[in-house]
Amino acid sequence: MKKKRAAGVFFSLMLTAGLLAGCGGNQQGGSSSGGNSGGGGGGDVIKIGANLELSGGVASYGQSIAEGLDLALEEINKEGINGKKLELVKVDNKSEAAEATNGAIKLISQDKVVAIIGSATSTNTLAQVQVANDNKVPLITPTGTNPTITNKDGKVNEFVFRTCFIDPFQGTVAAKFALNELKVKNAAVLIDSSSDYSKGLAASFKDAFTQGGGKIIAEEAYVAKDTDFRATLTRIKSKNPEFIFLPGYYEEVGLIVKQARELGLNVPIMGGDGWDSPKLVEIAGKDALNNTYITNHYSSGDPDPKIQEFVKAFKAKYNKAPDAFNALGYDTAYFLADAIKRAGSADPVKIKDALAQTKDLQLVSGTMTLNENHDPVKSAAILEYKDGQQQFKTKVNP
Amino acid sequence: MELIQQLVNGISLGSIYALIALGYTMVYGIVRLINFAHGDVFMVGSFVGFYAVTMLGVGFFPALLLAMASCAVLGMIIERIAYKPLRNAARIAVLITAIGVSLLIEYVTIYLRGAQPEAYPSTLLPDRNLKLFGVVISSQSLFILGTSLVLMILLQFIVHRTKIGKAMRAVSHDAEAARLMGINVDNTISATFAIGSALAGAAGVIFGIYYTKIEPLMGILPGLKAFVAAVLGGIGIIPGAMVGGLLLGVIESLVSGLGYSLWRDGVAFVILILILIFRPAGLFGKNVREKV
Repeated sequence: MKKKRAAGVFFSLMLTAGLLAGCGGNQQGGSSSGGNSGGGGGGDVIKIGANLELSGGVASYGQSIAEGLDLALEEINKEGINGKKLELVKVDNKSEAAEATNGAIKLISQDKVVAIIGSATSTNTLAQVQVANDNKVPLITPTGTNPTITNKDGKVNEFVFRTCFIDPFQGTVAAKFALNELKVKNAAVLIDSSSDYSKGLAASFKDAFTQGGGKIIAEEAYVAKDTDFRATLTRIKSKNPEFIFLPGYYEEVGLIVKQARELGLNVPIMGGDGWDSPKLVEIAGKDALNNTYITNHYSSGDPDPKIQEFVKAFKAKYNKAPDAFNALGYDTAYFLADAIKRAGSADPVKIKDALAQTKDLQLVSGTMTLNENHDPVKSAAILEYKDGQQQFKTKVNP
Repeated sequence: MELIQQLVNGISLGSIYALIALGYTMVYGIVRLINFAHGDVFMVGSFVGFYAVTMLGVGFFPALLLAMASCAVLGMIIERIAYKPLRNAARIAVLITAIGVSLLIEYVTIYLRGAQPEAYPSTLLPDRNLKLFGVVISSQSLFILGTSLVLMILLQFIVHRTKIGKAMRAVSHDAEAARLMGINVDNTISATFAIGSALAGAAGVIFGIYYTKIEPLMGILPGLKAFVAAVLGGIGIIPGAMVGGLLLGVIESLVSGLGYSLWRDGVAFVILILILIFRPAGLFGKNVREKV
């Protein structure tokens, strides 16, 4: 309670400061705070920024999110929010953290957006956290699952939110699935040591797996952009694991799965949402992907009517089934639109307050309520690859 | 068994390094230039092969030849436009130009087709796994090794048994004297770039088949590794580049196999430093002048 009151005092001070600053010539009524002009609320449009991986190593994520955002904005703008339309300003961070920081600065200082959506990966989102906090502009990552994005060393990043669940949850779900459904007793873990995402998932997997009575018999690492994993896989194979946990991104994962199967390593392999890209199937090949599983935010095969409605709208626009990144991009736009509506203004600080109070919001990836860390509490889906197609296996609640 | 498997892994990787290293070493032997754009020629070869297979629908060998031919032309163009005007300039100027050319090729490729990765079609070569006493050898790696060996033998033949090879050796020995003897030095250098780049193009196609994923910045690391391999064997010496490439591949596999996969790239560069300190002429280097 004490925390809340302190926060309340802080916010009202911020608002007053904002109003005072607003009197200094900026006619967009208090939309600026602390000297930063968040004037995207002027006129008939509300500008929101999207800082995404439109090219580079994980371009497929950024592009999927952009598709989801575009579809959602099209729907939202049919009615508008309080008589205003949302306008999306996209920047490409080339899948690099330094570019992500630059992109955030550009969106805030030049385009004067009221909120930033992005980026797809944890690393690129973490690169923007400081900028968002300093400039008091909300930052919402659709798919950045690393816990430190919203909460670093027990301190909540006030202006940072997310639409997806966090890594510990994914790792725990994977460990439970391996122990209870696949009935394996030991596992090897192969980590992308250059990715906060991969390390986060692996840490929670190891905790949950050993607590559940399993044994980690091998732990190996690689770095993004590697292409030859045969040596490492040969080493893993020599220890005869029953299961491999491989939390990485699709480019390397595709190669690893392919090379593992070539070396005769045919045990089940499991990963997280980082696998979810059509490129994975192209790189690994359909056959190699059999007997692999992922935890994901949603499945287009889930019979839930809300999901099927979205799948239909998406297919009509893009002529393909939406993946989880499409869904989370779409959900993020609704998450933000809902907050802007409740805030009743395009002031970044008010939007932030409204975002933090989100409760029971019906989205495609589940019913969302934010906890005190700005992390959503919602369910995870487990999918299995069969002949290159993802099949809905089961749904796990937190 | 694990050790033998690691050797098999290493030799497949090493034969790709060796093919790229050959181009480095040839160009260095003739014009004393470390052609940093060589890794990017390798990338272009990989993409030419990819588009030949997916768009023209050709098989492995036509794609390989097409990639080699276009890289040969690209190599000659690079030499004529970027390096020839600087032939009498300071070596540092040429080195900087080489880095510039490298970045130019990378980003022109990104401009033309975007930065997203591409997956090589898996149906290009028969993919069967041979199992010998628990060691898995994919038919693809045998194919790769075979192609690499054939190309290397062909290169040795060109250098030692043909007229152009003789000219290359002469220019490498003493360009001025060669000119006085009536050898067209410019054409010889062009031919060297063409042959070296064709080998890089072949390596690009082979890399695509073996590792599936190709992207515009893929040339950087293999290019650097091939450079290490060339230095390891003795830069300017053709058999040295082959042995250096294979050795580097095997060392990398063994390092990963021992559980130090994150040290793999580091070890490659430590080898470079050690060689430069203790045996700057490389394993095959003697106190004679470098040959092509």
